[in-house]
Amino acid sequence: MKCDGKKFLKRELLPFFWCSGCGNGIVMGCIVRAMEESGFSRENTVAVTGIGCWGKADDYLTTHAFHGTHGRALAIATGIKLANPSLDVIALVGDGDGATIGGNHLIHAARRNIDITVIMSNNYNYGMTGGQYSGTTPFGAITSTSRYGHVEDEFNISELVKAAGAAYVAKGTVANPLQLQRFISKAFKKQNGFRFIEAMNICPTHYGRANKLGKAPEMIERLRKNSINIKLAKNMKQEELEGKIIVGEYVDKKVDGYIRRYKEIQKRAAL
Amino acid sequence: MNNIIEGKRVFMQGNIAAGEGAIAAGARFYAGYPITPSSEIAEHASINLPRVGGTYIQMEDEIGSIGAIIGASMAGVKAYTASSGPGISLMNENIGLACMVEAPCVLISVQRAGPSTGLATKPAQGDFFQARWGTHGDHSIIAVSPATVQECFDLTIKAFNFAERFRTPVFVLMDGIVGKMYETIDIPDIKEIKVENRKIATCSPEEFNPYNFGEDLIPPFAPYGGIRISKANGSGHGLDGYPDTNPENYDKLVRRLTDKIENRKKEICLYKIYGCEDAEILIIAYGCSARPGLAALELARKDGLKVGLLQLQTLWPFPEHLIKKFSENIKKIIVPELSLGQLKSEIERYIKEIPVIGVNKVAGLSITPQEIFEEIERGYN
Repeated sequence: MKCDGKKFLKRELLPFFWCSGCGNGIVMGCIVRAMEESGFSRENTVAVTGIGCWGKADDYLTTHAFHGTHGRALAIATGIKLANPSLDVIALVGDGDGATIGGNHLIHAARRNIDITVIMSNNYNYGMTGGQYSGTTPFGAITSTSRYGHVEDEFNISELVKAAGAAYVAKGTVANPLQLQRFISKAFKKQNGFRFIEAMNICPTHYGRANKLGKAPEMIERLRKNSINIKLAKNMKQEELEGKIIVGEYVDKKVDGYIRRYKEIQKRAAL
Repeated sequence: MNNIIEGKRVFMQGNIAAGEGAIAAGARFYAGYPITPSSEIAEHASINLPRVGGTYIQMEDEIGSIGAIIGASMAGVKAYTASSGPGISLMNENIGLACMVEAPCVLISVQRAGPSTGLATKPAQGDFFQARWGTHGDHSIIAVSPATVQECFDLTIKAFNFAERFRTPVFVLMDGIVGKMYETIDIPDIKEIKVENRKIATCSPEEFNPYNFGEDLIPPFAPYGGIRISKANGSGHGLDGYPDTNPENYDKLVRRLTDKIENRKKEICLYKIYGCEDAEILIIAYGCSARPGLAALELARKDGLKVGLLQLQTLWPFPEHLIKKFSENIKKIIVPELSLGQLKSEIERYIKEIPVIGVNKVAGLSITPQEIFEEIERGYN
């Protein structure tokens, strides 16, 4: 079945508002196609966003949407899902929203295994405010607030979410949209527990320019070259993996999920 | 605390009465983070919501708590949280979000002595302005405040009804005294309780716009999951919920969010009066300070002193029309409050000709009737 995802894309608003060369459009394409593949409907889906470049993503979806506050998309999504468990709730967050200001919500949502899907677009910096460093900016990187090189180490956010207990965690890149779409579809189809997709993205306007990484095609090519499948990475030495992006499924396990467990609580408590 | 009670006279704590009021009003979702002196409200919700098919979740912090109740509300479920000053401080950004996306919800704030951690177990009324202006930007807010355990129950129901009627967050501004005290209250049969629900959109899905409002300035609601595709947006938005930065549109939006409440003060501003018919001295108070206010009035009346009490049950929008009306033949206004004069300063914005005297305490202790009585006597000397 060929899924173009068109019914989920607000095509009258195209072209996307994002900078030329930004990978968010690629992630967006993966999402709408995966929605169709997974049998989602517009009426039964709610997309929740935070603030930042990727926070604009819900504008391009024909589903229900909530464009909230910076870092709080997962809290809002939690409330929506618990209030109406039959909904498909997806949260679209950036590395600022998801891994930095909203990091606490992320690990707790994963620990609880709230039955939602999170798609984090990771472009290593705050694009919307002018390219400042975030919780995923690598050590030494140049950003508009780390002109002398970044002093901190970055999160490997997929490892973090896996450690927190999520049912499904996968990392893909905009250099390999087919794989990314496959991960998103799998997350959408998995009904129970917390699903997290990290989409490694590029920001040619800020991060790319500041770190002299070239234009978008070069940056995408670098993503592709630097990607190593998690299965191969298992047999490689730490020094060989230096600076590499380990793509693939970090975890895929069966969990009850919050909703199913809470239904048991409701039965136990019922008058 | 384990039963959902109706049609009974019961001895109950203020916090629990607020929780019972929430469930009686139809609330079925609670997200919160424990904090003294409000925690019984969370415990009550955790026990009782699942019994009626509702959901309790303890979030990682207060920011997440209010995020979750806003989300639940937009999915069509009546939702509430409870906290105290420090927790409300954390919620403030998303209180503005609730105003902006027009998510009906109830925030029960049980005030304790601030600033900062202050005196966690001691009462205060220092969050009068926090409820009004805690979140940034121009907006309006509704806040009701109980002075008795009965009012904890009754006003929490009113708070939900206002939230639903106006599609807005509503505070129940309690305090450590009223929240923690036990009194005997009457809980009516559930069918005798007037419960309001938000107006639901009925137009065709093609015609539907989530922020298309009518004469009352309030947009009919469409829950997530329905055939009317709904978009909530905390950024400046047009009627369709899509971003709109046009100055004219934004001016209209902010004015509408304010006017939909401020234009209807008369139906929102609840109050009680005691001895106001012939009063020469008027006590104006709310919450725990209305109690010694009433006791002082009784002391004064025994001495033949003509004292009245205006107990404000609605604090925001501010009932200046009531303040003016009941001050007409008054020569002195006394404002007892557990703050350094927050309510007093708001009264002084509207009352210029009469002295407004505060009886203020910020020691984590209640004001005594005697302290107010002394101020009454000074009015006669």
